[in-house]
Amino acid sequence: MASPSAAPAGPPPRTDPVVEAEGLVVRRGGRVVLDGLTFWIPHGQVTGLLGPSGCGKTTLMRTLVGVQLITAGRAELLGLPAGDPRLRHRVGYATQEPAVYTDLTLTENLRYFGTVLGLARSALAGTIAQTVADLDLGGLENRLVGTFSGGQLARVGLAVALLGKPDLLVLDEPTVGLDPVLRRDLWAMFHRLAAAGTALLVSSHVMDEAARCDYLLFMREGRFLAAATPQALLAGTGAADLESAFLDLATAGAQVRR
Amino acid sequence: MTTAAARHAPPIRWALTWATARRVLAQLRHDPRTIAMLLAVPAVLMILLRYVLDNPLALNRFAPEFIGVFPFVVMFIVAAVTTQRERARGTLERLMAMPLAKLDLLVGYAIAFGVMACVQVGVVLAISLTWLGVQLPGSVVPLALVSVLDALLGMSLGLFASAFARTEFQAVQFMPAFVLPQALLCGIVVARDQMTDVLRWLSDVLPMSYAVDAMQQIAAGASWSGPVIRDIGVIGGFTVCALIGGALTLRRRTR
Repeated sequence: MASPSAAPAGPPPRTDPVVEAEGLVVRRGGRVVLDGLTFWIPHGQVTGLLGPSGCGKTTLMRTLVGVQLITAGRAELLGLPAGDPRLRHRVGYATQEPAVYTDLTLTENLRYFGTVLGLARSALAGTIAQTVADLDLGGLENRLVGTFSGGQLARVGLAVALLGKPDLLVLDEPTVGLDPVLRRDLWAMFHRLAAAGTALLVSSHVMDEAARCDYLLFMREGRFLAAATPQALLAGTGAADLESAFLDLATAGAQVRR
Repeated sequence: MTTAAARHAPPIRWALTWATARRVLAQLRHDPRTIAMLLAVPAVLMILLRYVLDNPLALNRFAPEFIGVFPFVVMFIVAAVTTQRERARGTLERLMAMPLAKLDLLVGYAIAFGVMACVQVGVVLAISLTWLGVQLPGSVVPLALVSVLDALLGMSLGLFASAFARTEFQAVQFMPAFVLPQALLCGIVVARDQMTDVLRWLSDVLPMSYAVDAMQQIAAGASWSGPVIRDIGVIGGFTVCALIGGALTLRRRTR
């Protein structure tokens, strides 16, 4: 019997994917973290990467943005192998821990990262103002980021990922610890970006966020349990909600492996 | 976006290097206590040295060595901790996923720390030469130059050492591990020609020996002599090697 992860996972129709991976294996410290993943991610959609903590979501994201070495298989972004220097302008990445300088102000952070991303000096101020407004960080421009609340800090990390207007946005648990209103606003922004053509890969371990995605990759122990639209997953499993669908699939997967 | 320029990115782009230097200096500007310590500690130690020795001739002999060692030690710690912090907080990984060349980052650091070192050396020199009455047999320029080079050497070694520290605490511990053996072997405690062969060989391969030798030559009146210029060359060589070592430890991709 084929393993659950061997079947290609991705939304049809398969046209010009932003990310395409085949048999992707990553081993870290002797442990298999990603176990032969085959999938693709399309333009203009929010793809959700759902699964419990420690299932390999962050490693998959780090592999795609090119900071994790691939053990076997291949991963291509925009037609280039993951980690290709030409991708560094085109992929935005927000880590779980907001990787920003806490001893700089918001503007100083954005100005530095914007310059590194190659934004022209003339465009920098406008882009920063737009990003600050998009993430509802207005009024905080000249405050040290170290004094921000957890939710504000998470949005600074997102702001840096958005600055370069990337073709692919890889966001690792971007809404953890945010209040519901802000979460709703951020998801609205994700869909606005997707409508404009950006591909988004958003991870979460909270199943109620799964329903907000256009497409879902359910992950467990380095493999995909399922890859489908939320509607198809509900119809396929007959579960009442996506959390039960995940549980059903996890139980079934465990039985298959046994 | 996928231009030939991006594919064959030059090893260094000054706009990014300069932005990095400005960023490091901005971080420092938001930390006035660290600035105060960077400037005050060497000055206070110099004042202490003046009153502990309480002898103008001895002060004239030892002051240059001390002026050269402070920036080395201080920049080692500052660079080791700053870089370790970049690694631990994920900003380094973020930068490595962005179009920033390693040299942009390292040279940006070198410029920022070099500026800091100039100010630090300037303050301690001004106090030493006026209030404390230190007298140099020749020009002050070679002394200032060697001090700033020592600072850059300390910075590049600290940067390199930070790769082997998992925590800030470990990064600080590297200071005594890297610096104290060099301090013992560099010729301040015992003259190098009085050491046993093995110790002298060890001393020969440690960079601080050349820093101290240069200062001893300068204190003895040999401002731009051959030995001083050779020492300056060796210090510069060690700095470049440590920076290359540091660049090799900056990994774009982890295993």
